[in-house]
Amino acid sequence: MKTKTLVKKENVVIKFAGDSGDGMQLVGYQFTYNAAYAKNKAINFPEFPSEIRAPKGTVAGVSSFQIQFGNEDVLTAGDEYDVLVAMNAAALKTSLKSLKKGGIIIANENGFDAKNLKLAKYDTNPLENNSLEAYQVFLLPIETLTIEALKDSTLTKPDKERCKNMFALGFVYWLFNRKPDNTVEFIESKFAKKPDVRDANLKALYSGYNYGDITEAISFQYDVPEAKLEKGTYRGIMGNHAIALGLLTASQKADLSLVYYSYPITPATDILKHLSGYLNFGVKTFQAEDEIAAMCAAVGGAYGGILSVTGTSGPGLALKTEALNLAIMLELPLVVVNVQRGGPSTGLPTKMEQSDLLFSLYGRPGDSPIPVLAASTPSDCFYMAFEASRIALEYMTPVILLSDSFLANGAEGWKFPPIEQMPPIKSTLIKEYKESTFSPYKRNEKLARNWAVPGNPNTIHRIGSLEKNPETGNVSYFPEDHQKMTDIRKQKIENIADSIPAQKIDNGVEKGDVLVVGWGSTYGVIKTVVDNMVKSGYNVGHTHIKYMNPLPQNLEDLFKRFKKILVPELNTGQLIKVLREKYLIPAVGYNKVQGIPMTQTELTNKILELINTK
Amino acid sequence: METTSVQNKKLTAKDFSSDQEVKWCPGCGDYAVLAQIQKVLAELNKSPENTVFVSGIGCSSRFTYYMNTYGMHGIHGRPLAIASGLKVARPELDIWVITGDGDCLSIGGNHLIHELRRNLNLNIIMFNNRIYALTKGQYSPTSEQQKITATSPYGSIDYPINPLALALGSEATFVSRTSDRDLQHMNDTFKKASAHKGSSFVEVYQNCKIFNDDAFAAYTEKEQKLEHTIYTEQGKPLVFGKEKEFGIILDGTTPKIVNLKTDSVSESNLWIHDVADKQKAFLLSQFSMPGYEQFPAAFGVIYKAERPCYEDMLVQKIDTVKKKRGTPSINKVLSGSNIWEI
Repeated sequence: MKTKTLVKKENVVIKFAGDSGDGMQLVGYQFTYNAAYAKNKAINFPEFPSEIRAPKGTVAGVSSFQIQFGNEDVLTAGDEYDVLVAMNAAALKTSLKSLKKGGIIIANENGFDAKNLKLAKYDTNPLENNSLEAYQVFLLPIETLTIEALKDSTLTKPDKERCKNMFALGFVYWLFNRKPDNTVEFIESKFAKKPDVRDANLKALYSGYNYGDITEAISFQYDVPEAKLEKGTYRGIMGNHAIALGLLTASQKADLSLVYYSYPITPATDILKHLSGYLNFGVKTFQAEDEIAAMCAAVGGAYGGILSVTGTSGPGLALKTEALNLAIMLELPLVVVNVQRGGPSTGLPTKMEQSDLLFSLYGRPGDSPIPVLAASTPSDCFYMAFEASRIALEYMTPVILLSDSFLANGAEGWKFPPIEQMPPIKSTLIKEYKESTFSPYKRNEKLARNWAVPGNPNTIHRIGSLEKNPETGNVSYFPEDHQKMTDIRKQKIENIADSIPAQKIDNGVEKGDVLVVGWGSTYGVIKTVVDNMVKSGYNVGHTHIKYMNPLPQNLEDLFKRFKKILVPELNTGQLIKVLREKYLIPAVGYNKVQGIPMTQTELTNKILELINTK
Repeated sequence: METTSVQNKKLTAKDFSSDQEVKWCPGCGDYAVLAQIQKVLAELNKSPENTVFVSGIGCSSRFTYYMNTYGMHGIHGRPLAIASGLKVARPELDIWVITGDGDCLSIGGNHLIHELRRNLNLNIIMFNNRIYALTKGQYSPTSEQQKITATSPYGSIDYPINPLALALGSEATFVSRTSDRDLQHMNDTFKKASAHKGSSFVEVYQNCKIFNDDAFAAYTEKEQKLEHTIYTEQGKPLVFGKEKEFGIILDGTTPKIVNLKTDSVSESNLWIHDVADKQKAFLLSQFSMPGYEQFPAAFGVIYKAERPCYEDMLVQKIDTVKKKRGTPSINKVLSGSNIWEI
């Protein structure tokens, strides 16, 4: 074993890329959590095709996982990577363009044989034709090494080959001088009942690690120091899991049981998966026959006096529209989670986009206002799911919570709150009622109506999809009644603005040249860009809107403090339409719809362009 | 709206009637069904506060507003999905679904098949008038071919669906038919539906006076009825006719009509009705339908089976998991199994 040089580096971006069946997603999450345990800040960006196993070895079948980790400034998965692990030729082909010049390529030589080169449509082997001269290339026959390491294992050859991702991960742990403890624990628990598979994976992991030590090829290791993070107890969390936990917490704080009605759809399915595991908390899940049924069932559940929730993604939200409209008409509390993906139609099922905002705000027949919330980071999904539940229950209204596939699949370290720190939620549920007459549409000062549920002999009533008399709730087609009910439904949603926090400048200057107004999962990139520009002397500020409807009351005051407003969005300009219409401001957009995150470079350039134009 | 305090006294049908004016057309069959349901609930001593009526859209779906129970008038085709959600949330409630042939079999067909296979304990009353009435007379999924309606001036080419066969094919555990004109039979059928633990599917032949009058005259008018209907009873032979002179025998799997007076067949050779026999139930569901026009339409409970209800199994599952894994503090879930200190 030779002594290796330790190279210190504040932040590193690494990308694992391989075939869909190579286990790159698993490796990526393991590395993310490893970085978090090592007290780094880490943000990831998984990318995978919507096909479960696209043709092996092709560019279409590449699955990849990008992670930036390092100090406290890490807020994005990074524009370009320092290290690329390419398990085959196709992975190199798709990923090379964003590798930094001088960056490291760890290439699995076995993935560059004639067959793989042909599938990736390379005429000559890029590892041999000097096309990678601008990078540091390390060739490892990962498959050969893995099979050699497992020569004593009883597994079949294909099963041994499948351990190659653990070899690669072990090698990368070595490169960053990291202990593989979390992955050892993971393997031991995942394969507890398959000792031969467990042993083979552990052996592959350690072999990869040791290979770094003994190989002459690499003479250095990286040292990425800890981030300065707030003290406390942390866990790893992904967006969809955070939503599940937020809903569960809200149900406890509201003293209601939680029922989640849903139909599987990418990328929202994991919410159903997580909640169906919480049966021992009395959580019920109902996998409906379709999106419409899931939404209707949620309306039925809400009538029964529970915390009723449904979740979906874009195309599913379209199907839920009619029953969501019913919930607005009935004024029943429920939460609709929309984990956005690229559209229209089936669109890009596994890719990120923020293009359902206008649909969520306005996409219903009739005048049907609804509160819309948007989470900004994976852990923020917890708080916004809690908030969505609170608003639904306090104001007797359905609420749409927007997330997206970047948040759903993104993982981060989270200083989670004990439940005692979360505020109580007070619904309008009637527990006792003694008066002789009852109106389901009697309202409190917020305009939230009575929530009377079956079982109570003194609050027997009917509700329905027809327009009603504002006093009795009985069916009414009188012109004045419809006017009054429409006005009440609108005013009630506007009243929610009284219960949400004032909008703040998140980072950057409090007043100045450009205010960058973001929403949703672009939080990290906007914050990073604005911080960097302020350090370079620019007067730029960042505010991030989480309450999309109603908007915070003081938003206009923030706008007035800046000369220009920039609204970057992963759509063709949706929030900007709302802001221009409401505040009559000449806001400028920056828009991208490629199914991938906005980069720091392109956003910086856009802000500079805005500053430099008179 | 006014609520009636109904505790500690014997309820009457009137106690189940709301203060809302009933607005169906004069002569509509819906009135009779409403009256009978109110009567049945009173006779069964049901409590209005634990009873919920859920309906979709259509003439019959206005039913909910006329019941002094909890209720929701929903949207077109979706009452079964709404009721399923409520039953999952509140298994102890007695839930009745009011739906029509368009609501249940056309726009809401998908929900019907899935609700029936899940077997939630719901009572489904499907008013079949073989017409879209609220939209003023278009052919429905149960309308017969060649029917002249507002949207089929030259005759409909749509082949009709068979509701009972669909219910059987969807693994329903209680399949029955009754008619708005036969009050005692309705009463009896609704009571059986209510008593059945699981999804009870009741098709009610219901006359629409305005847009499809006399659609079921053959089964309801005195002079024709006896020759065109079989009132099934468990363990009894299938006989019909003015003097019960006709019977049904099974030749292999083929049903045949026999004349008990002229053919040399004794009653003991006749098809004996057995609600547990699904194959026979399927044959019965075909009677009077295309291909089986010569057979009388079957009324009563066609099929009945015992199968655990979805909501009971869900509750049991929760109990089992609670026993096996305990209920840790919520903070344990928030922290997960891998935490670290900074």
